[in-house]
Amino acid sequence: MTEPALTIKDLEKTYAGGTKALGGVSLTVPAGDFFALLGPNGAGKTTLIGIVTGLVTKSGGSVEVFGIDIEKEPEKARTMIGVCGQEVNFDPWMKPLDIVVNQAGYYGIPRSVAIPRAKKLLEDLGLGDKMDQIGFRLSGGMKRRLMIARALIHEPQFLILDEPTAGVDVELRRSMWDYLTELTKKGVTILLTTHYLEEAERLAKHVAIINKGQIVANGTMEEILALHDGAESGYGGGKLEDIFVKLTTDSTSSPQAT
Amino acid sequence: MSPEKQFISFYTILRKGVIRIFRIWSQTLLPPLVTSVLYFAIFGSILGARIGELDGVPYILFVVPGLVMLSVITSAFMEVASTFFFAKFFSRNIDEVLVSPTPPIVIIAGYIASGVVRGMLVGVLVLIVSLFFALPSIEHPLIVLLFLFLSSLVFALGGLINGIYAKNFDGISIIPTFVLTPLVYLGGVFYSINSLPPLWQNLSLFNPILYIINGFRYGFLGTADVSLFACISVLLALTAVLVGVNLYYLKKGLGLKQ
Repeated sequence: MTEPALTIKDLEKTYAGGTKALGGVSLTVPAGDFFALLGPNGAGKTTLIGIVTGLVTKSGGSVEVFGIDIEKEPEKARTMIGVCGQEVNFDPWMKPLDIVVNQAGYYGIPRSVAIPRAKKLLEDLGLGDKMDQIGFRLSGGMKRRLMIARALIHEPQFLILDEPTAGVDVELRRSMWDYLTELTKKGVTILLTTHYLEEAERLAKHVAIINKGQIVANGTMEEILALHDGAESGYGGGKLEDIFVKLTTDSTSSPQAT
Repeated sequence: MSPEKQFISFYTILRKGVIRIFRIWSQTLLPPLVTSVLYFAIFGSILGARIGELDGVPYILFVVPGLVMLSVITSAFMEVASTFFFAKFFSRNIDEVLVSPTPPIVIIAGYIASGVVRGMLVGVLVLIVSLFFALPSIEHPLIVLLFLFLSSLVFALGGLINGIYAKNFDGISIIPTFVLTPLVYLGGVFYSINSLPPLWQNLSLFNPILYIINGFRYGFLGTADVSLFACISVLLALTAVLVGVNLYYLKKGLGLKQ
């Protein structure tokens, strides 16, 4: 049986100041899935991603990537993960091609392999003519695409995207959707966090909603949408938005794993 | 991660650092050269002519090793401290390597190697500049190379600890300004401790930089205020302690992981 791409059990995180960001989160992302992790600001999404990628230390629980414990075998687990963080975090004085090729180097990929691969990725993501331009001169959307190229350079089996389309215009967002959909067809598992609920509704097979460090809903997109009570919110959003608002603003909401 | 892949990752970090040193040469290479020219002109030629000889050699030949070491120490320290601090707080591109399978020891080695390259490069350049003011003889070239390398290493290691713990710009300027500079100036750059009163001579022996400068000076002149064995021992002990401290901190993720 194929191991899930991500298995999280009772994950807890309390920051040094006492803030409890995650209070016993359990989650499974099936291999090959397009999984959306939704939640309001401060819900714990980025903390969860930080723990999976090794940037944040957990206070309790366990995390496995394709059956590999991130604490016991961090190097092996990290080889399988590609991550595109929420904040732009590349050296702004470097050129896109160098940024992506260097990232390959951190995974032990020789430059002779990395350079053609990086060029192909940058071209595929529409940055072919920006390879030699200084990073800080790129537009917001270009920076996002550069970060996706960087996350993919070592050909990870599991791609984590933390709000990759934030601040990106509609046309570009749609082209990124197409690109990500193609990736899942090639077998890459994607974990996406986004505040654009129509994006999650369109792309994800499974969805989990997190609020105040707890999973309040988790299931297939159909199962989550079936939670809709039929009442229109009056704000014109889709079903998922209505469910999201209900689950994340109702203080009495309890986990509804389906 | 296989040793071959670790080497590629190390080379990537080092290559990035060295390219940065040359890209911003006006900040990394030029200032120590300008400062050294002033020191050589004022303390060596103008004041040196009045001082005459110290420890049996013309004053300018006495100060050349100390001034070279002054530049080496500052350059190696600041290279790592400022690069690491910038990568941690501003561009946040330290995450690029932290999410990769690169082990902590390779991350340390890569950053430190950049500091060593800058320290040694600046040392050689300052030595070349000194030729315009005097013709220093090198009695023991291997000792000179050993001290050039190990001093760059020690202060690059110190710079990394500073970079890991610095919380703001003050954090990376306090140690160089209030600790390093006084220790270097009081470490016998401009004078022999034999010319000090006994109390100050004894106090000077607690300054580790005294041993570094004197060991380096021994390589040039064949004489020093303290024994070569003591100089090498202090330098090796400092190296071992700082390597251990760096490994401990990076493994624990202190200052890097939340």
